[in-house]
Amino acid sequence: MKLPESSDPAPVTEQKPHAMIRQDKAVTEQFVRANLGWMLAVAKRIVKDSASAEDVVQDAFSNVFKNLETFRGDAALKTWMHRIVVNQALMALRRQRRRNEQPIDELLPEFDRDGCRIDEPSMLSDIARTPEAMLLSADRRQQVLASIERLPDSYRVVLMLRDIEELTTSEVAEMTGLSEANVKVRLHRARAALKKLLSPLFEGAGL
Amino acid sequence: MNIMPRSVRQRIRSIMFRLPLMITCAEFEDFIISYLDGSLSPGQRRVFELHLAVCRECRNYLAAYRSAMSVTRDVLDAQTADTLADVPEDLVSAVLAARSQQKRK
Repeated sequence: MKLPESSDPAPVTEQKPHAMIRQDKAVTEQFVRANLGWMLAVAKRIVKDSASAEDVVQDAFSNVFKNLETFRGDAALKTWMHRIVVNQALMALRRQRRRNEQPIDELLPEFDRDGCRIDEPSMLSDIARTPEAMLLSADRRQQVLASIERLPDSYRVVLMLRDIEELTTSEVAEMTGLSEANVKVRLHRARAALKKLLSPLFEGAGL
Repeated sequence: MNIMPRSVRQRIRSIMFRLPLMITCAEFEDFIISYLDGSLSPGQRRVFELHLAVCRECRNYLAAYRSAMSVTRDVLDAQTADTLADVPEDLVSAVLAARSQQKRK
């Protein structure tokens, strides 16, 4: 995901966080408004339900405020905040009880004894050639979101962090405690499983 | 259109994939992630692309795999846009209230 630019012309990022450390109310509110939306979107993608996502954002802001004074400015403020909200969301996810998850194995590609692929051709493969067809109906969007949520958390999170939050393999390894090799395996399995889950949605439909 | 039955096609492929510089679909599968992130060596890349050229199943599969990635990205981008368009006011207030509490401590 590209982090959205702050909408205001003199971004808080430039003024450095001093005004906020001084507790300038107007600056603080402007800062919160400029960042709350994208932080909430990140949190929702990781923890899934809105109520927990809001808790995550509250905790993340509290963390940001607490550490503003030590923020050195050698990283972009937004990158720093992005890490904070991702970490907070991962912690919240670990606390959540895991629902009954479908084992990922059932969703992985199959091969015969000779290593030949056994795969039904999917309409999904035609989409790549028609990018304008990407305007998906609200219904279709809901179905895609539901498919993403069917992935086991430990795979879904890696997919989110790599493909959507655009963190590197080593960053994801560090944040999740997985080895880099494992991050790659999980990313591939998550994408393959999602391909299988999405394929029936595009069957027969010209989208 | 295919005039050959699936079982015959499968048989031909399994023999072909044992030729030099050929890999099976299962081996191809293991290379996908490195192919897409550009981390295959030039030699590995040639082997990967050779399989891609001769195996229609894997071509379709890879195309669908990439489509799934882009559909996912598009849907989540749309979700982000929705979230940005409708930031909950009570959450803004809660964050600001917590901030003034925090400062007073």
